[in-house]
Amino acid sequence: MYKTEIRGPLIAGDKSLRQISEEIIAPIEAKTPWWWWGAFLTSLGMLGFGLYCMYLTVTSGIGAWGLNNTIGWGWAIVNFVWWIGIGHAGTAFSIFLLILRQKWRTAINRAAEAMTVVAVMCAALFPLLHMGRPWLFFFIFPYPNTRGPLWVNFNSPLFWDFVAISAYLLISASFWYFGMVPDFATIRDKAKSKIKKAVYGFFAFGWTGSSREWLRYEGLSFVLGGIAAVLVVSVHSIVSTDFAVSVEPGWHTTIFPPYFVVGAIFSGFAMVLTLVTLMRALYKMNDFVTDSHIDAVCRILIFISLIMGTAYLTEIFIAWYSGSEYEMYMIFYTRIFGEYAFQFWAMFIANALVPQLFWFKAVRRRLWVVFLISVIINIGMWFERFNIVITSLSRDYLPANWANYSPSWIEVGVFTGTLGLFIAGVLLFFRFIPMIAISEIKSVAKYNEPRHDHLKHSGHE
Amino acid sequence: MKSYWRSLEERQNPEQFKIDDARAEIDQKRDLMKKDAGSSRRDFLKTFGFSIAGAAVVASCKKPVEKAIPFLVKPEEVTPGMANYYASTYFEGNEYCSILVKVCDGRPIKIEGNDLSPVTRQGTSARVQASLLNLYDDARFRGPQKNGEPLPWTKIDAEITESLQQLDTSGKKVVLLTSSVISPSTRTIIEAFQKVYPRVWWLRYDAVSATGILKANQLSFGKAVIPDYHFDRAKVIVSFGADFLGTWLAPVEYAKKYAQGRDLTRQAEMSRHYQFEAGLSLTGANADVRFPVKPSEELLLLKQLYNRLCLSGGLPPAAGDGQSPVDLTALAEELTRHAGEALVVSGSNDYRLQLLVNAINHLLGNYGKTITFDRPLLTRQASDEEFALFLTALAAGEVGGVICHGVNPVYDHPEGEKIAALLKNLPLSVSFSDRIEETTAVCTYVCPEPHYLESWGDAEPKTGSFSLMQPAIRRLFDSRQPQESLMKWAGQEVNYYEYLRQYWEKELFPKQSLFDGFRQFWNDTLQKGVFELPAASSPLAWSEAGLTEALEAAGPASQGWELVLTESVALGNGKFANNPWLQELPDPVAKISWDNFASVPVKWAEENGVTNESVITINGLELPVFVQPGQAPQTISVALGYGRTVAGKVGDNLGVNLYPLQPVENGVRKFFLTGVNVELTSKRYPLAISQTHHSMEGRPIVRETAFGAWKVNPAAGNELHAIHESKMVTLYEKKEFKGHHWGMAVDLNACIGCGNCAISCPAENNIQVVGKEQVRNRRIMHWIRIDRYFSEQPENPRVSFQPVMCQHCDNAPCENVCPVAATPHSDEGLNQMAYNRCVGTRYCINNCPYRVRRFNWFQFVNNEKFDYASNSDLGRMVLNPDVTVRSRGVVEKCSFCVQRIQDKKQLAKIEGRPLRDGEIQPACVQSCPSNALVFGDMNDPESKISKLMADPRNYHLLEELHTLPSVGYLTKVRNVAES
Repeated sequence: MYKTEIRGPLIAGDKSLRQISEEIIAPIEAKTPWWWWGAFLTSLGMLGFGLYCMYLTVTSGIGAWGLNNTIGWGWAIVNFVWWIGIGHAGTAFSIFLLILRQKWRTAINRAAEAMTVVAVMCAALFPLLHMGRPWLFFFIFPYPNTRGPLWVNFNSPLFWDFVAISAYLLISASFWYFGMVPDFATIRDKAKSKIKKAVYGFFAFGWTGSSREWLRYEGLSFVLGGIAAVLVVSVHSIVSTDFAVSVEPGWHTTIFPPYFVVGAIFSGFAMVLTLVTLMRALYKMNDFVTDSHIDAVCRILIFISLIMGTAYLTEIFIAWYSGSEYEMYMIFYTRIFGEYAFQFWAMFIANALVPQLFWFKAVRRRLWVVFLISVIINIGMWFERFNIVITSLSRDYLPANWANYSPSWIEVGVFTGTLGLFIAGVLLFFRFIPMIAISEIKSVAKYNEPRHDHLKHSGHE
Repeated sequence: MKSYWRSLEERQNPEQFKIDDARAEIDQKRDLMKKDAGSSRRDFLKTFGFSIAGAAVVASCKKPVEKAIPFLVKPEEVTPGMANYYASTYFEGNEYCSILVKVCDGRPIKIEGNDLSPVTRQGTSARVQASLLNLYDDARFRGPQKNGEPLPWTKIDAEITESLQQLDTSGKKVVLLTSSVISPSTRTIIEAFQKVYPRVWWLRYDAVSATGILKANQLSFGKAVIPDYHFDRAKVIVSFGADFLGTWLAPVEYAKKYAQGRDLTRQAEMSRHYQFEAGLSLTGANADVRFPVKPSEELLLLKQLYNRLCLSGGLPPAAGDGQSPVDLTALAEELTRHAGEALVVSGSNDYRLQLLVNAINHLLGNYGKTITFDRPLLTRQASDEEFALFLTALAAGEVGGVICHGVNPVYDHPEGEKIAALLKNLPLSVSFSDRIEETTAVCTYVCPEPHYLESWGDAEPKTGSFSLMQPAIRRLFDSRQPQESLMKWAGQEVNYYEYLRQYWEKELFPKQSLFDGFRQFWNDTLQKGVFELPAASSPLAWSEAGLTEALEAAGPASQGWELVLTESVALGNGKFANNPWLQELPDPVAKISWDNFASVPVKWAEENGVTNESVITINGLELPVFVQPGQAPQTISVALGYGRTVAGKVGDNLGVNLYPLQPVENGVRKFFLTGVNVELTSKRYPLAISQTHHSMEGRPIVRETAFGAWKVNPAAGNELHAIHESKMVTLYEKKEFKGHHWGMAVDLNACIGCGNCAISCPAENNIQVVGKEQVRNRRIMHWIRIDRYFSEQPENPRVSFQPVMCQHCDNAPCENVCPVAATPHSDEGLNQMAYNRCVGTRYCINNCPYRVRRFNWFQFVNNEKFDYASNSDLGRMVLNPDVTVRSRGVVEKCSFCVQRIQDKKQLAKIEGRPLRDGEIQPACVQSCPSNALVFGDMNDPESKISKLMADPRNYHLLEELHTLPSVGYLTKVRNVAES
């Protein structure tokens, strides 16, 4: 029999298709583990605290935050960009690896997509919350109105943002959801309780698994994937124009769109790695998420980290090359050697230097080290956004306006709330949705010998 | 056991009986309950339906409470929504200003400078602007009081009259304690009062008096007067510690003249200004050459200057030339060169120093030229020595009663506590104060006077220069003018208005020849606000009396730390402490509001690890530190006027009261202490600093040049402008403004940084006070701010002031980033804000390179957390109905006072004529005491603004960004030797 040892099996343990289904669905069928409840309650607590802080913000005003007349955007926008970046991973993962025919993605893409949806929801909270009058957010919709020729400002990057993010949320959520339909059907078919059957049955859209359905399903995946591929690039490019279109030193840079997209994918992949290592450890998914998966993601991170380093250096070079004193002051005397040196170097070290450890196989092998580095990258990417948003605003053209910024506890609380929302979302996903795309992973299952149980399973025996 | 039964049923089937019994009981109870509640489902629906309908009707019928009462018969000149202007007079805290009061719908809502006044010439100060808010102060008395309890006027009058008569017969003195009285009619009333009560001792008391000058002039010229200083005529101005642009004597008048003498848009010459002082004052910040010296050295310096001038004049120098802290050779030479066109002034309260200053001015022949006696200044008449006599008499029990008018010695006298204790024991103590204050708190009777905007009155700030005060609103509370009160107690019913008219008819009308009838004269003067008699020029004879002693006098030993006490530019002597506008006005030099602070020298601070907000103790008083560049070594400056304890909800307990530290020597109050004990503490105290970076970092923000260089090349220092202009390219079509194109020019050479505009603007535009914490958070709402930069040596820096308001860029970065198009550009070049469209993304704030946009971080109006001026109906009466009060969450900024532009445009349209240049004056421009701001139409080639925009000194702030601002700045020119 022809063996595919060269690439190695993508699923360890020589599992039958039935085994695959059962093992992946097991956590949904099983009793909820104690740590899940612990983590879930903690995340709900964080979310509750966040909601309280949001309540304070909305009732008293943005003054509850640490912003001032010089620094109009603070943690809210830092966190917004950070979450959007994380929200890139899922779609990027599915789309780019699909295009590159990387079959190993099937073990991870579901988790990544779930993360995307939750992260984009977290991100979307901030633009809404940071408005002075959030109850008038609909002013930003281009809707026909009775106010004469009053329309939204199509020149404003914030309007582009709104369009890009809402489109992205819509597409990535649909992409994720439609990908789950066959799996929901599997759960429906296996479920014992009536309620479970009904609920999953509803979400399964009456899926029967006929060839016609598979045909449509794949067609839809391609179409949505095609649209999402464009959006992955556009959404963060557009977020970057919030800064690039402005006149602020440190913001007004043409490198921003590619730099932001790469940065977003970087932070997204790091977050995927964080989640997947956790998933593997907590749900014993070693057979599906194998060492080679981790290894592959680590290698990608090395590559992106190099791009990030290049981007940072380019920014510095261009600041010098431009000859603009404001730009130079910003990069050299504010960021590299100035008041915000800690944030700059935290960003540089965490994003450009630490991931280089992945060159070593020994590092890639050790799951806890990989986990640690992935967390460091996440923090580093947060500092990158801090660097961009805050430093530029606090040291701009007129020194009389220079001011410092530190977040109020309410701002920190809102961020904690989104972290809680994210964790809670991910935990719910672990608990109620097959965390690995069963139907897709089955397609990459390889066997050295024919399996009788398969025939039996599919009714041939 | 025997079984008993109650009925046959029970006997036959006890179980069933029990059940039936219970059921019957339940049914019964159920029926009862139903009856009690009295409601069935039908009832419920009925009630529900009715109450919902009722609630809906009630809710829909709710009407806002209307507090406006329509006119039954409309007064002739009052049109709702249309403002009227009335000329009036401001005189408080020794500061005089001729003003116009803008009255809209019966409420005074803005104070403007009166251009007809020969004294203040359309200028005002921040205090004058803010005095409007005092009218609507919650701390005002609602009516007369005795011991804090309301008492009707009739009873109060009876009691006080009886008490006065008793005291008169008992032989004890009654002291009428007033601040300087510049009202001639009030003077006659007081004299009439004294006629009835001959034992009344009229005593004038000023917290910061001019005793030194008055006494010196008494000796030198035989007349205790403050002469008229002509800063405009002087080519060389030398000031020894006199902050004549900020607080000294008559700053508005002096600022006008000073700016006139340095105005390079009219003439090609400017004065050179030398300043000797310890702390960096507003005046010192504007000086061309500044010498940081200890206050104790001033005497020595003056002596040396006198000696040098004697030498160069061929006169024998006097003895006593010690070691000079400053080389005065060049200064003496320059003064000699400009003999007759120099001006030397001193802020000292020591008559010996003033005698030396007189002698120097006399030597230079300045009298009759830059200093004249034809119109002496009358705003500071009090003598400290006289007050010292009063204190002795008070302590000795010779005084039986005190009537206070416009004075607060309990707070602002070094022995305030002692005075308070003594006043409490007096049989009669009356205060005319219109609001709570320390002295009034210890007085038995409060007979509140109306605010000056509710009063009639006259004033003679300078001899022969009169002005009238007229009420702009009906008295808000039950108050009575002190003049009427005094006459009432003297047994005469006087209507002060009638009295005033009669006084003017008798005294002033005959002295003029323009009008035949008094009515015309009166109406004309009332309309113009001012009336001037020709100056009586009577040159005074110079005498050297006292000069020898002054020259021989040994100054105070200069040992250890010296503490300098100054008046604050915002609060003056502390009278206006309850005024939130003034509390929030950043100090022009330190940029700190809501507190006073110890300005310490940079070098000492660095050596001792003291930074801003550290706390030090000065003779036991804890004070927060501001490290002040330019502070003379071994000196500390602290502003007076803070630390009020009975001022009202805003002003109570802000800062530290330094008056108790003030030394009194021979009855004269000194404004500095030597040998002060300074100790470091580990405490910190938060200060509301609104500008934390003081260097321009070499950026071309304030462009400056030397006078010599400017004469050679008017574009000197502004070379960048031509370069940027030549590089200006754009892909886009140039915007055209077919009608008007509004612009503003800021002459950085004229701007003295006084902060008048920063208060005039909030008054006009309903800008809210945000309080200390929010100012500290850098959230001050002021639409126009004055950036202050230091350059060169921290020990003695050069200072640049730059007013920055919205630049109304024709290529505005804020406009294109707003997602909801809330800030569009008008076709007259204005950058507009549509408040009700703004959702508050603050993107515009971030993208404004000038950072002139302000965000409403909270609800600042009607919010208990911001209990300043806009939290009560009374306080909100000050709001300008032409300007929206912004809600929470929207961005606001300078509009170039678009309401004023529209107003004048409409007026011109109605009158069928084109707009005149200079007709539209935004609030900041209107009352600028140094004429630094010019507003106009840049499309009109003949307009003043067009000419200024074409001036070689003109540049735009950050013009390299191609934002195309409509505001131009004219380079600052310093009259210094090098370029």
